Amino acid sequence: MQTSERKLSQLRQLEAESIQIIREAAAEFDNPVMMYSVGKDSSVMLRLAEKAFAPGPLPFPLLHVDTTWKFQDMYRYRDIIEANLKGELIKHVNEDGVAMGINPFDFGSKKYTDVMKTEGLKQALTKHEFDCAFGGARRDEEKSRAKERIFSFRDSHHQWDPKNQRPELWNVYNAKIKKGENVRVFPLSNWTELDVWLYVWLEDIPVVPLYFAKERPVVERSGTWILVDDDRMRLEEGEEPQMKKVRFRTLGCYPLSGAVESDADTVPKVIQEMLLNRFSERQGRLIDFDEEGSMEVKKREGYF
Amino acid sequence: MTDDKDLIRDDIEAYLAKYRKKELLRFVSVGSVDDGKSTLIGRILYDTGMVFEDQMAAVRAASQSEEPDLALLTDGLKAEREQGITIDVAYRYFATDERKFIIADTPGHIQYTRNMVTGASTADVALILIDARHGVLQQSRRHAYIASLLGIPHLAVCVNKMDLKDYSQEVYDAISADFMEFGKTLRFKDIQFFPVSALVGDNVVSDSENTPWYDGPSVLGYLETVPVFADRNFDDFRYPVQYVIRPDLDYRGFAAEVSSGVIAKGDDIVALPSGKESKVKAIDTYDGELEEAFAGQSVTIRLEDEIDISRGDMIVKPGNLPRVTRRFDAHIVWMHERPLDTEKAYLVKHTTQTVRAQIDKIHLEVDMDTLEEKPSDGVELNDIAKVRLSCHRALYVDDYEKNRETGSFIVIDTLTNNTVAAGMIALEGSDQNIAEVMKELHAESAMEPKTFVSPNERMERFGQRGATIWLTGLAGSGRWTLAYALERKLFDEGRTATVVSPVGEDLRSMISAAKAVTDAGLINICAFPSPARKDRDELTARIGEDRVIQVYVNTDEALCRERRPDVDTSNFEPPEDPDITVALDQMRIDKAVELIMQALRERGQFDA
Repeated sequence: MQTSERKLSQLRQLEAESIQIIREAAAEFDNPVMMYSVGKDSSVMLRLAEKAFAPGPLPFPLLHVDTTWKFQDMYRYRDIIEANLKGELIKHVNEDGVAMGINPFDFGSKKYTDVMKTEGLKQALTKHEFDCAFGGARRDEEKSRAKERIFSFRDSHHQWDPKNQRPELWNVYNAKIKKGENVRVFPLSNWTELDVWLYVWLEDIPVVPLYFAKERPVVERSGTWILVDDDRMRLEEGEEPQMKKVRFRTLGCYPLSGAVESDADTVPKVIQEMLLNRFSERQGRLIDFDEEGSMEVKKREGYF
Repeated sequence: MTDDKDLIRDDIEAYLAKYRKKELLRFVSVGSVDDGKSTLIGRILYDTGMVFEDQMAAVRAASQSEEPDLALLTDGLKAEREQGITIDVAYRYFATDERKFIIADTPGHIQYTRNMVTGASTADVALILIDARHGVLQQSRRHAYIASLLGIPHLAVCVNKMDLKDYSQEVYDAISADFMEFGKTLRFKDIQFFPVSALVGDNVVSDSENTPWYDGPSVLGYLETVPVFADRNFDDFRYPVQYVIRPDLDYRGFAAEVSSGVIAKGDDIVALPSGKESKVKAIDTYDGELEEAFAGQSVTIRLEDEIDISRGDMIVKPGNLPRVTRRFDAHIVWMHERPLDTEKAYLVKHTTQTVRAQIDKIHLEVDMDTLEEKPSDGVELNDIAKVRLSCHRALYVDDYEKNRETGSFIVIDTLTNNTVAAGMIALEGSDQNIAEVMKELHAESAMEPKTFVSPNERMERFGQRGATIWLTGLAGSGRWTLAYALERKLFDEGRTATVVSPVGEDLRSMISAAKAVTDAGLINICAFPSPARKDRDELTARIGEDRVIQVYVNTDEALCRERRPDVDTSNFEPPEDPDITVALDQMRIDKAVELIMQALRERGQFDA
């Protein structure tokens, strides 16, 4: 065989590197868990994990931190994944938050996200004593993520200190921690949004239908379209839901996720649209507009 | 991006088919704030259409002048924005018609060698900037040296700010020649020079009309075409097992990423450390079996025979063995504020093995000003040194120049778990055969059977340095009373101290006892009779002068005789040069204790 054939395309190289990362973390930590947000990045990460341990099952459970305000489509999709999973899917809800009646309407996106998402995640990690949590974050998502390590160290309060991260060289990852500390592992660090979509397409990975354009009932808020997903949606005065052909670039809690008008109803069309309209992926996520450098603040507090 | 743009619009599936075949190139960009590195990276991102409209709008708004400040595109964390400098490696991504790129963007200041090494460890190309106005500074040589040490095969030198030197060919040629003088002493496969202006855009993404005398490629043109796949080692098969996949009794697969070389179904293999041989039965992946696997692929290998193999073991080929050794030399880059401690045991992580090891010898250090070797006065943050490692178990290593995967390791502090150093193995001597390999595997640990707790670690634990406080004086002078009063006082202040009192033993045994307690990091107080000067000389010789505090209890002789008329004091030789003298007939005992405490503090005996 010629050496020219011994060349990996960049996507296969990323795939091989991600598998190496997942295996390494699974081998080195006592009690890892894979964060599963139901989004496209999680779906790709899950496929990579299946590849890493095939034909065996995943050697760790999945964890879905449920804010109770996700899109109904996401819950339906999650249940399908769970039914087909050779392993456990842990669903965690911050019951304290529910008891306090925390919701995205009355409390503002920051407070709501802190309690239902960030606190919920910390609770779940602490409760099950997970020492490693895989996350689907990518470095190209946001400027503050550009310096994130693949093995990202968190102290016993789940806090991330940008000044106290370990140097990371070659593909030799330091997984040594003390009891109570934990590490977030990001196997998709070097993937771009385009890579993720391309992989979804090539590997025929099912994703939540919300990523594809369809007529949906929406209202306009802060220059973006919000889906009227269930009867908990509070309409402001004068707001009337209208049918628009929209899709979502990122998925989260429906009252905080903005949709874009689109005709893209297949993966290649989504990619085409993405490449032709270059605007930042997180633009549709309302939580980022709260304050300057807000993602970095959230990360320090323990958000992914 | 322009050709691709049409394709994206007209035939997205054709574009995706093309994109999926793109190769990956990783490069590290190095330079200081003033070299214009951020501007260069910003320029590449902007000119290749990788910048989103809303990002550009933000940059325009934040720019001081009318022209957008492209350096702002790569600006990162809040802390840095405040300081105005890059303090950590930032990774950025872009793609052109030819390749996908990962940039490790590293700061160029001398104190950030650590970051450059991190970014350089995985790079195929190093991109270095030189300010045309200043010529080749030592800093540029330093960056090239580190890039070479980390085994980056290709070096691209951008002579930047040519616009401020009127695009002068003479300036460019002089700088290139000057740099080459140094560059040819390094280990790069090739070195390329580019006359650029990142600000204006000359020769960055497209050719420039301002440099008609330059007919080479643009920086991006070079990055798109420099051949890198051949840089991987396809000769020496190394397969460090990461994970054993065993879903049921019938399946046993060894999962790993092929570090180097090629393996095919049916190939003979040998497993280390068992030395057992077998054949490859299958190379499995989720997507089906492969006929062969090569460097960079993550696969799962099954063998013909049932051999016991676990994580940390290495599968290789019988005719091509790595060096199996517990003791080897390496270049290390120290990455932590706490300096190297040659007495201490660290953890070394090499491929999938983690072993206890000691860096017990520093051969030399690299002077980062002259880049010449010099004797080491200790290895501190950002120092580069050549050292010897002695490991508890054998590692399966190759020379870093031949194999970046099996020639590299990290050093982890056992106490803090921090990554404190990066290492590149430097092997000498001939290859081993399997008999020599097996002998090494069954040998004892290369770490000497001695304590792995260093004096510094003890000091940190106890907040004090171990010491012997030796009280000398006539019988009846009050030595023992003072000893116990001092012990109480030290204890009350949170120190760890004890009075050693096996009275009746010979003096040699008592000095041995004092030494053991001092080595353990404790403060011990001794009041044994030691009338002769030579006895006290032996004491300092054995315990060490800097760890002995001599206290002369110079109580009035007549008073002592009165107290202890039974003891003959004629053989007493007073110390000539005690550290402290106290006379217990002239001061209260707590005053004497305070004097001694004062002296201990002044000697730096305590942490704080």
